[in-house]
Amino acid sequence: MTRAGWIRIAIVLGAVAALEVTTRAGWIDPHTIIPPTAMAAALAGLIASGAILPDIAKTLSNVAAAFVLSVGGGFLLGLLIHAAPRLRRALDPLLATYYAVPFFVFYPLLIVVFGMSDLPIIVIGFLFGVVAMIIATLNGLDRVPRVALKVARLARMDPVSTALVIKFPAAVPHLFTGIKLAVAYSFIGVIASEFILSGAGLGYAIAYAYNNFDNPRMYALMLFILVSVTAVNMVLHGFEQRMLRRRGLSR
Amino acid sequence: MSARAPAWQRYGDILALLAALVLLWWGLARLAGPEALTGPAETLARAGELLDSRRFHGHIAESLTALGYALLLAALGGLGLGTWLGVRRLAGQVAEPILVALYALPKITLYPVILLIFGLGLPAKVAFGAIHGIIPVTIFTLNAVRTIRPVYLKVARTLRLTPWQAFRTVWLPAALPEIVSGQRVGFALTLLGVLIGEMFASQRGVGFVIINAIGLNDVPTIMAAAFLLAAFAATVSAILLKIDRALHRRTLRA
Repeated sequence: MTRAGWIRIAIVLGAVAALEVTTRAGWIDPHTIIPPTAMAAALAGLIASGAILPDIAKTLSNVAAAFVLSVGGGFLLGLLIHAAPRLRRALDPLLATYYAVPFFVFYPLLIVVFGMSDLPIIVIGFLFGVVAMIIATLNGLDRVPRVALKVARLARMDPVSTALVIKFPAAVPHLFTGIKLAVAYSFIGVIASEFILSGAGLGYAIAYAYNNFDNPRMYALMLFILVSVTAVNMVLHGFEQRMLRRRGLSR
Repeated sequence: MSARAPAWQRYGDILALLAALVLLWWGLARLAGPEALTGPAETLARAGELLDSRRFHGHIAESLTALGYALLLAALGGLGLGTWLGVRRLAGQVAEPILVALYALPKITLYPVILLIFGLGLPAKVAFGAIHGIIPVTIFTLNAVRTIRPVYLKVARTLRLTPWQAFRTVWLPAALPEIVSGQRVGFALTLLGVLIGEMFASQRGVGFVIINAIGLNDVPTIMAAAFLLAAFAATVSAILLKIDRALHRRTLRA
């Protein structure tokens, strides 16, 4: 491991230890933050008792559905928009300002349309994630080397095989940026919706614990979300680095 | 990008696209019915009513105050932190993965903690907006400073510029385009954070108007407030985008 890596681990561990000491010593009110070890113990208890497993399953399956839809849909839409330069020029300012609009305020309207099911939550996660994927796809397609496209033309490839054999592999590093963002945005969309109005899921469980002053449960659930999101991101990051190395692009 | 189309065509295309979106909105509203989705005309009418009422002015002022403080914290804090991390190479290497991990976290999860620390009211909203905005600003600034071409810095050294001269004539112009991009992303996220803060942690502000309307299932008010918000966010974002593009083009030419 590099020197920076060791320092990073030391900083993270030091921060956790500082929180542990200040909370144990009573410098921070236990009604505000509880010690990290207490969070971990509460989380272990919750998982062992199986009390939060349905909520975890619900949230993770909704996130997964929103993620798959936004990556697949975003890639297809990106391909279509890239093929129509005039449409793209007109869409550009809209795409750039998209994330300034808080989409989850439309969640209640979606409930009226789709009913109180998982569908409105998945739609919100999709709306959050899809545009990051569209933007990444457009960026990736912009950077397909012109010579590769010329080769495709010389080999008289049809548009579909050009897209699959030439454009897709060349755009993959940029698509990965979109995939990572789509994971983050799917989580944000799903959990925000569960906070606002839902009867199940981790967001709902956290809001419920907060309203009942059940700090150990609330912090345990937060810890679970933080750890699982970070784990997913690290796996994706490792995947990306391996791919970049294979292409000789690693930094 | 290909050759630039004439201005009338570009603006015409944008107008046509907006018209198509309004038409789609109208069609969806007709399909879903007024209890699910308010149409464009009714939404505009309700938005006009809101803008006329004195109570809504108070909410707007409250939101803008919170947004102003949060933006100040996020923009200046991120700029300072990012510059420092960009200049100190090791500190940057240590901090960047941590920042990226924090950026990807669903920070909405943390809102109860913010409430427990700051209580209900303005400080909680400002803190929530600032933690959303400061991370992207820091990441962009860090990369902007770190990727300045070494040859520029060599020139500054060869010409024996004083630190202030070097900063003004070399560092700042070289890093500015990326910094502005970061501020643009930071603005969007800060607004989102303040709004979420208002929805859960406040009795005032536009976010509160929305969550209140959600509770009452007052669809026209939800739509009107969301519309006004989107218009505001899109306007500010479009202005920043214009500055951003102009700066990037200037750097490319130079």
